[in-house]
Amino acid sequence: MENNSPALPPKQTVKLRINGAEKQLELAPWTSLLDALREHLNLTGTKKGCDHGQCGACTVLVDGRRINSCLTLAMMQEDKEITTVEGLAKDGELHPVQQAFINHDAFQCGYCTPGQICSVIGLVNEGKAKTLDDIRDLMSGNICRCGAYVNIVKVVQEALERSETR
Amino acid sequence: MKNEQIGKATSRVDGRAKVTGEAKYAAEFNVPDLTYGFVVSSAIARGKIKSIDTSKALAVNGVLQVFTHENRPGYVWGDEKYQDKDSPPGSPFRPLYQSEIQFSMQPIALVVAETFELARYGASLVEVAYKQDAFDTNFEANIEKAYVPEKYKSTPPPDPRGKPEKAFADAALQIETEYTHPSEHHNPMEMHASVAVWEKDGKLTVYDKIQGVDNSQQYIANAFGMDKEEVRVISPFVGGAFGSGLRPQYQLFLAVLAARELKRSVKVMLTRQQMFSFGHRPKTTQRLAVGAAEDGKLEAIQHDAFAETSKFEDYSENVITWPGVLYKCDNMKLSHKLVGLDVYTPLDMRAPGGTTGIFALECTMDELAYKAGVDPVEFRLKNYSEKDQNQDKPFSSKELKECYRQGAEKFGWSKRNPEPRSMKEGHNLIGWGMAHGAWEATQKEASAKAVLSPDGKLTVSSATADIGTGTYTVMTQIAADTLGLPLQDVTFLLGDTSLPKSPLEGGSWTVSSVGSAVKAACDKVREKLFKLAQQVENSPLKDAKFEEVRFTDGKISLQQDASKAVTITAALKQNGGESIEEQVDSKPADKQDNYAPYTHAATFVEVKVDEDLGTVKVTRIVSAIAGGRVINPKTARSQILGGMVWGIGVALEEEAVMDNNLGRFMNHDLDKYHVPVNADVHDMEVIFVEEKDDIVNPLGAKGLGEIGIVSVAPAIVNAIFHATGKRVRELPVTLDKLL
Ligand code: FES
Ligand code: FES
Repeated sequence: MENNSPALPPKQTVKLRINGAEKQLELAPWTSLLDALREHLNLTGTKKGCDHGQCGACTVLVDGRRINSCLTLAMMQEDKEITTVEGLAKDGELHPVQQAFINHDAFQCGYCTPGQICSVIGLVNEGKAKTLDDIRDLMSGNICRCGAYVNIVKVVQEALERSETR
Repeated sequence: MKNEQIGKATSRVDGRAKVTGEAKYAAEFNVPDLTYGFVVSSAIARGKIKSIDTSKALAVNGVLQVFTHENRPGYVWGDEKYQDKDSPPGSPFRPLYQSEIQFSMQPIALVVAETFELARYGASLVEVAYKQDAFDTNFEANIEKAYVPEKYKSTPPPDPRGKPEKAFADAALQIETEYTHPSEHHNPMEMHASVAVWEKDGKLTVYDKIQGVDNSQQYIANAFGMDKEEVRVISPFVGGAFGSGLRPQYQLFLAVLAARELKRSVKVMLTRQQMFSFGHRPKTTQRLAVGAAEDGKLEAIQHDAFAETSKFEDYSENVITWPGVLYKCDNMKLSHKLVGLDVYTPLDMRAPGGTTGIFALECTMDELAYKAGVDPVEFRLKNYSEKDQNQDKPFSSKELKECYRQGAEKFGWSKRNPEPRSMKEGHNLIGWGMAHGAWEATQKEASAKAVLSPDGKLTVSSATADIGTGTYTVMTQIAADTLGLPLQDVTFLLGDTSLPKSPLEGGSWTVSSVGSAVKAACDKVREKLFKLAQQVENSPLKDAKFEEVRFTDGKISLQQDASKAVTITAALKQNGGESIEEQVDSKPADKQDNYAPYTHAATFVEVKVDEDLGTVKVTRIVSAIAGGRVINPKTARSQILGGMVWGIGVALEEEAVMDNNLGRFMNHDLDKYHVPVNADVHDMEVIFVEEKDDIVNPLGAKGLGEIGIVSVAPAIVNAIFHATGKRVRELPVTLDKLL
């Protein structure tokens, strides 16, 4: 049987820097960053909601920018600073955006939430959102089927205010 | 009793787990030595698999096996072995049972490999030859062939009352309408997934996305001829479901089959596209004939529904019962027929039947109110029903009038000019519309266990689910409240078949059913604790009666004199270092039989319609809800907000489009099946009106999962009429229908 196998892409060593820690993996090159996180590193906080760049559940931060981790291969993200939801709390203390999600009840099932949280942080970093409508537009890449949008917007407003007073 | 926790706006107790990524959903249990299954879906809608060639897939290094109808092991394959707790009458779909194809995207093979990527690649190499048969997926073409099912899954339509035909013919005002609601898919953000863990002794632990672990357990035990004790199903977090997890879906069957055959642990997660290959809200056309007197007083209602089902099961939902609940009218005739198509069986989707039926009913009544020249709120007050006429029972409580009043006031309804197209802002037409709605507030049998350990920590459990509804939090509050404990001393466990039985998590009955069981279990602990407190040396409660004490702040004290108190931990010392353990089975009280319990809502909506482009923006929604006692205003508000967002989806966006040339839903992903995104949602306000109900259940609380959606879509459609003068009778109201 071995002999008949179609040629498969050989595994290679991929070095990823995730939440401040160096991770070395043996990965087939067709492994998405999302699957590398969830299936190879057991970092299941980052969610799969479509695997096609259509829902935002897989949003992570790469060098501070929000990206859909299902739309990039793990091996393309070497030498970059990847932050997932698991890396936001520091010494047991929640990131202010995480805390704001709890305070405003900005989720229900919680499945879109890690992506939303990373997206809010990315949005603040971008510095583009000025108005309420901007916020709604720029958060529209993250679907919440539970419909927590009204509360998510409150979280973003609070995060923007915080960044201004900094 | 002082209510310390019930009624308090409380942040979710599972909030931290959800914002840190610690909360684990079905596909996230990465056990050692895990394998991955990928489903191959049928390319045709009806016919037979002539041949299926798996050799290329099997040749791939790392592919372990390909399961098809040809090599699946022979289990006991009768219909009844595949029925689950939410099965409609009929013959359930049996995965990999035979070569016959019953619907498009039917699962026809499972490729199992060492990695997800290899399984997916292997699936692409499976070659299938089909014999295609003619198929029927065209709803419109088959509507006149609709039939009355032998048995309804839902409440059968009630017998006609009065003389509906004659009353209609004699009525001063008559209106006949036809409204259509498309097929919709649940699309929870988490795709359906199961991890079947092969244990050394041949038993299985299964992590499943399901709205009730007992259902999965029973299904697997039956389908594979196993003892229930050999299958433990666990589901601590569910990434949304909205009904899609009421029935065990095929990925569960396939994962278990593969795990048993390979004696390995197997994970199967469906793709987003495959999320369109099973249950959905059925496409439904409704015809209404309503007659009224000159002043708008109703004289006759006829409401007929024609709803999609599959060719193998008779799915039905309560579409046409709502006139009998919402409007007083002595002459009524209601019917529900099914249109059998070559699709998968429809499935309960958030407020099944209510969403569909109340939409058509409320839009029709808006039309009639216009005809009578009566304000829509006035019209509803004029025809207010004091009882559920279908069952001839009074409501256990109904504060709908208060919903109208508070909702209208908050919205500013009195400033409305009824004339369509009378309000404008630049190129935007502004419209104001309203509708009301109801949903059942049922209580089911449920069990719960409470364990109070010697250190004063309480653990309460029941095998229910939290699909985002707040079950963890609300049950924790009820338990803490009953025993006067701080929230952090209480843990609620759910989603595990090793816990006491509970009904499926759906139908807005969880707070009512499981909540009552939790309260009853904690009440028993209370009684025990009180007795123990009396045994404490020099107990100040020695001569007290149980009715005279209260439980607050970790103490049992006299209501009249709080200084006469025994701490719970002191009382527990009398128990010889043992925990107090109580398990109860709770069921609805007999007195409920004489009443009809419902939640009610009134919704007011503002839309802005771009006259040139036909785009609709829902700028404002106010919903006033009468849902009994609200256990947690914070999570309750979120549930209603979620329902309102769904209402926007129903009214303006969602439609699974059937391509009748292929027999397949064509827009089967989140790019083309539109659900509301952040930019679609603007101002939303939720009002809970006060409603006392000591009949509905011991808590006086009604479920809120579904009442939030039912009146929103019709209010939007009515507002669009007010804005544009156009009455759109087919959902969703996309811009092409307004131009
Ligand atoms: S999983 Fe990446 S966008 Fe949906
Ligand atoms: S919280 Fe459930 S999808 Fe957003």
